[in-house]
Amino acid sequence: MIAERHVNLALVLGLIVVPSWALAADEPFTITLATRAVILALAAVGLNIALGIGGLVSLGHAAFFGIGGYVMGILAYHAQTFTPLDLGAFSIAGTKAMPVIWLAAIVLSAFVAAVIGALSLRTSGVYFIMITLAFGQMFYYFAVSWRSYGGADGMSIYVRNSFPGLDTLVPIQFFALCLVLLGLVLYLNARLVRSRFGLALDAARQVPLRVRTVGLDPLRLKLAAFVLSGAVTGLAGALYADLNRFVSPAMFSWQFSGEIMVLVILGGTGRLFGPVLGAVVFVALEHFLGGLTDFWQIYLGIILLLIVLFARGGIIGLLCGKRGLHD
Amino acid sequence: MRKLFIAAALSALAGAAGAEVKVGMITTLSGGGAGLGIDVRDGFMLAIEQSGRDDIEVVIEDDQRKPGIAVQLADKMIQSDKVDVLTGIIWSNLAMAVVPAATAQGVFYLSPNAGPSQLAGAGCHPNYFNVAWQNDNLHEAAGAYANSAGYENSFLMAPNYPAGRDALTGYKRMFEGDLAGEVYTKLGQTDYAAEIAQIRASGADSVYFFLPGGMGISFLKQYANSGVEIPVVGPAFSFDQGILQAVGEAALGVVNTSQWSKDIDNPTNLAFVKAFQAEYGRLPSLYASQGFDTANLLLSALEKADPSDPDAFRAALMEADFDSTRGKFRFGPNHHPIQTIYARKVVKEGDVYTNKIIGVALKDHADAYADECKM
Amino acid sequence: MQAGAGPGVFRGPPRLQRDRTARHMSAILIVEQILNGLQFGVMLFLMAAGLTLIFGVMGLINLAHGSLYMIGAFVAAAVAGATGSFLLAMICALVAAAVAGAIVEIVVIRRLYAAEHLDQVLATFALILIFSEGTRWVFGSFPMYLEIPDYLSGAVTLPGGIQYPLYRVMLIGAGLAVGLGLWALIEHTRIGIRIRAGENDREMVAALGVDISRLYTLVFALGAALAGLSGAMVGAIQSVQVGMGEPVLILAFVVIVIGGIGSIRGALVGALLVGLTDTLGGVFLPELFKLFMAPAAATSVGSALASMSIYIVMSLVLIWRPTGLFGGRA
Repeated sequence: MIAERHVNLALVLGLIVVPSWALAADEPFTITLATRAVILALAAVGLNIALGIGGLVSLGHAAFFGIGGYVMGILAYHAQTFTPLDLGAFSIAGTKAMPVIWLAAIVLSAFVAAVIGALSLRTSGVYFIMITLAFGQMFYYFAVSWRSYGGADGMSIYVRNSFPGLDTLVPIQFFALCLVLLGLVLYLNARLVRSRFGLALDAARQVPLRVRTVGLDPLRLKLAAFVLSGAVTGLAGALYADLNRFVSPAMFSWQFSGEIMVLVILGGTGRLFGPVLGAVVFVALEHFLGGLTDFWQIYLGIILLLIVLFARGGIIGLLCGKRGLHD
Repeated sequence: MRKLFIAAALSALAGAAGAEVKVGMITTLSGGGAGLGIDVRDGFMLAIEQSGRDDIEVVIEDDQRKPGIAVQLADKMIQSDKVDVLTGIIWSNLAMAVVPAATAQGVFYLSPNAGPSQLAGAGCHPNYFNVAWQNDNLHEAAGAYANSAGYENSFLMAPNYPAGRDALTGYKRMFEGDLAGEVYTKLGQTDYAAEIAQIRASGADSVYFFLPGGMGISFLKQYANSGVEIPVVGPAFSFDQGILQAVGEAALGVVNTSQWSKDIDNPTNLAFVKAFQAEYGRLPSLYASQGFDTANLLLSALEKADPSDPDAFRAALMEADFDSTRGKFRFGPNHHPIQTIYARKVVKEGDVYTNKIIGVALKDHADAYADECKM
Repeated sequence: MQAGAGPGVFRGPPRLQRDRTARHMSAILIVEQILNGLQFGVMLFLMAAGLTLIFGVMGLINLAHGSLYMIGAFVAAAVAGATGSFLLAMICALVAAAVAGAIVEIVVIRRLYAAEHLDQVLATFALILIFSEGTRWVFGSFPMYLEIPDYLSGAVTLPGGIQYPLYRVMLIGAGLAVGLGLWALIEHTRIGIRIRAGENDREMVAALGVDISRLYTLVFALGAALAGLSGAMVGAIQSVQVGMGEPVLILAFVVIVIGGIGSIRGALVGALLVGLTDTLGGVFLPELFKLFMAPAAATSVGSALASMSIYIVMSLVLIWRPTGLFGGRA
């Protein structure tokens, strides 16, 4: 068995070395792939807060991802067309500044997560899975019929948004930006797990009764985790929209919720770096299998199946043996 | 099909030594919409193979019908493969996500299918050529056909998404009669019982629908069994070779509009139908003809100029000096075809359902957006 | 079918008369739409019954249930194409789906009973990928042909002068018959007793000497057969294509969650509720909004709300009763 921190270290090194090599070898698409992996990893890290630590199986996280994406799309659209964004009582100007967009994406998806969470947490188990799915679907259909912003076709933003001091159109700079954000979120995540809140949350997942006896409300703990989780996934959505310079209702689809969940489980649920490893492996599989055959999804399916059946605890579980980071 | 892959692979290998032109094809090869992409690819590769040129390398990738994937593939092909020409996209929303950025980076884009109005009008670009049609064309032709058939009161139906609304706008642009109803259905809807009941109650004398893919199959099957006898008109998409066998008898006799049909009588088309059938063992579809024409346009331009000289290459493309399966073919000022659109009727030849031309719906028709294009 | 009739034959009646017709039609229209919602609901019930049974007995979330629906439709299309017999096609679809279900249960699913819901979701998600692309590999990328046989095609006139497709009447009948059969099976047979016992107390059933793993395979195959049958029946009036199972799967999940997971009765109520909401919402919501909005805006708001309606209903039900209408446990 390999120690988990060695796997994590190798992963971090890989995420630095591979793009650097690609830069030297002039393979910009490898950098784009790595950026995609990092952003999907961020979305999955978000889900992992709810799923792995809070035990909340949400099949509606695409809602937050999509909200992040649409925040970026709408703000950038108003900036590129020089039209103010009318919010009823007052109107604001669009913006192409990433920090502002990120903040808006985080705040809005956290708010929506608070509402969805407060309603959904009345249920549990399969009902929780399905009610989160229902909320995701509502957002999906809303986006499909929202004509002002492209409806089912989505909308394109022609120039990537800007970050002070960087040229985000250069693939490696945008990659570095995303990687730094992922690192920051992982750091906060690690702090969170070891904090009093994290410990209480972990206890709320495993023995809710004991938490209640010490005077904490497990529901409120879970809600807080859900909100944090939604906010992180929303941030990832804003970055993903910027990567593609395009948003569409597909970001809200239940298949996408399923995909982020796959990333988490693939890597290892509840492990700090599990979602990151899952995202890297998934993007690599998609890329290499796609080159082999038209029917590559069969092989993807078989690989996923083998992992569930024979590698409980995901790839990290397979490499390091069974132990979550919170045990 | 496998043979062609090998041909492509071989040319790719040879290409490593001395390919002069690199073409990137982004199209849908997996999932529910794969049939269209496969036909475009097969038609395209047939023409490349027939040309006998081994200095053209075609990189083919599957977009899974996901805009995000399509954008990434375009990035890859432009950044890593360094392609000169992109082509292949089936769906308008994917085209809108890919084309503006690609042409802005100096790559040529030849559209074998999608023709969203934005790219024909204000968003037109010197490096963007559409070989198929502007999205509204077949619907406009249907409106014109409805006039000539004497229909005065049409019931219109399309999915609630931009292409669906454009479709009905196109029909209304030409149709001179009244509207008995206008219904927008859910995208991907599979049951049309409710809409058929509305049609029955509407007092219409004709029904025009635009429901691409499986939606059209479902609607036609259900309509045929509803006892409603109001005649139906549709665009070619729901009556095309690939899909028609699945609709079967329910489509028999329905009039649909198309810029291509396998019985258009010109030597290129007859040879194309024969060669396609020999190569792949099935009849070619509309999409296959568009793929074939796209490749031949490209080949004709490559005879005259090299993509490394964009102005000369663009002028060569604009000349459209190739034998199209549609007969006469030329581009309008916004790089969209000016072409004849036919009315076809679904017939049964032996065991196979197919189409027969019954007349011309619109002759030398240009699209409505050309005036908005400034380039 | 209809274009042969040519122009002029079905010219609309004069205006005044048409207005009167329209008012007379609207009552018929409502009844017809209710029938449509009913038929949709009954088909959903066939899907949902299997899903809820599998969850109730084995505690398994099966996302691949839609794939079995798809297999039913494809097998029916292939058999009908080869033999020309619709009835044989339906039987083969049922058997093929049951066999596929049994194989999947033995090879994959039975390893998942003890797993968390999360693992079940992932594994059955993987099965969807395998089934969808596998079907495309076997049957090609184009939709398949499956049509209603002559003796079931066309419309019948129901009491009140309502023209309604015979095949849809048959679907409602067949769906209700299967539902009744399922109820009889569960309430009045030895297998049914074991299934009910399995829902309540697994260990006890095993202790009483019932071969629990065979029972599970049987229940899974039964659910698969129901899905395959409904796929085949619906395939005759819809497009038989890869990916046809997923939209239905999502709706079936909505149904069983509304009804309460594990409850067949709940599945029936939920299916009818979803079928009626979806059908009537799509038709009447835009009309409703036209009463106080401009027609164009009403159409777009109405259809947007209609496409969200079943999810809104579902979340309202769950907020009101967190384990569904007839559900006992989560």
